[in-house]
Amino acid sequence: MMGRRAFLLAAAVAAAGTTKLVLARTNEIRISAKKFEFNPAEVRLKLGQPVVLVLTSEDRIHGFKVPDLGLRTEIVPGQETRVALTPAKSGQIVFFCDVFCGDGHEEMGGTLIVEA
Amino acid sequence: MLPQDRRAFLKLSGLAGVAFASALFPGHPASAQAADFHFIQFSDTHWGYKGPANPDAEHTLEKAVATANALPNQPDFIVFTGDLTHTTDDPVERRARMKRFREIVSALRVKDVRFMPGEHDASLDKGEAYKEFFGAPYYTFDHKGVHFVALDNVSDPAAKLGDEQLAWLAADLKQRHADDRIVVLTHRPLFDLMPSWDWTTADGAKAIDLLTPFQNVVVFYGHIHQEHHHNTGHIAHHAAKSLIFALPVPGSQPRRAPLPYDAASPGKGLGVRDVAMAQTAKLTEVGIGGA
Repeated sequence: MMGRRAFLLAAAVAAAGTTKLVLARTNEIRISAKKFEFNPAEVRLKLGQPVVLVLTSEDRIHGFKVPDLGLRTEIVPGQETRVALTPAKSGQIVFFCDVFCGDGHEEMGGTLIVEA
Repeated sequence: MLPQDRRAFLKLSGLAGVAFASALFPGHPASAQAADFHFIQFSDTHWGYKGPANPDAEHTLEKAVATANALPNQPDFIVFTGDLTHTTDDPVERRARMKRFREIVSALRVKDVRFMPGEHDASLDKGEAYKEFFGAPYYTFDHKGVHFVALDNVSDPAAKLGDEQLAWLAADLKQRHADDRIVVLTHRPLFDLMPSWDWTTADGAKAIDLLTPFQNVVVFYGHIHQEHHHNTGHIAHHAAKSLIFALPVPGSQPRRAPLPYDAASPGKGLGVRDVAMAQTAKLTEVGIGGA
């Protein structure tokens, strides 16, 4: 699992480059949320490669929490929530909705799979 | 790593999860204990649940009420630490479930009953229906020298106490002495029990910071559907079993899915808790349906 410290270090390294360079190399991955699932629920990332997760909701406010990265945001319908990160360690990282959304909320989660 | 997980607790106590003899208030001299009393903790009754984790759900709450009524030594009062009802998107059905729940528990012999919301009761409408049926979601009361504080960490669907409630708690605690005995009741754990399963309170650490200067604080909560014991400093946190289905030990499986129903033992993993508060304060787990 990726430690928060390792993630932050990687994020700092990415931020040290020029904005133009970072944007050119950053991939966007769209994740849509609705009761009670994320689509896709499995997201494959490349180790050390900057990525922006573009989060949207199809129905109501959901949460997007990644405890291992110290990351948490809300996903509001009609808005794109963008989360930039650079995986610094391979492995699986759990994410889930942390805004109670009904019967099935407890199963609303997914996995970031970081591959070397 | 938790300093005191369930396995370690059982090993230390040498018990089988039935009774927990404890110096409940470690900073309080035994000679100064108030008169004996005990209360019962019910938690996570989830009235209205239908699913394979408990095919007997329609009768489980009634069995729990019967269990409490059959205790030879009736408690001074009973607390319900949240998730009285199972969630529904339908506001009419939500109120119907609360109404039926209230009817069933009205059969308790003890009439001093205190309620608290869980996220299934209150998170979809910010506690609106709950307050109609059960009143304020956070409050205090005093009983025989012990100060009880019920906190609401569910009406905000993001599992926060919120600044307003924290200010209220701080104001209440300002009126207490450092050695007062304080019992805190919550639904979710105030500490980070298992963040990846959302078993936490977003701003629970702020409440613990407010409570830490007091020498005699103990927390009883629900939400995780199992007995669990943990300390943050000198403050003990005790989770209660559910009355609908059991959930797995934190981190024991990838997801927090309910444990499979055991038809041979319908009440397995379910129960209520008796909290006896005296010189030898102790927690006793009471099974239902013969479990």
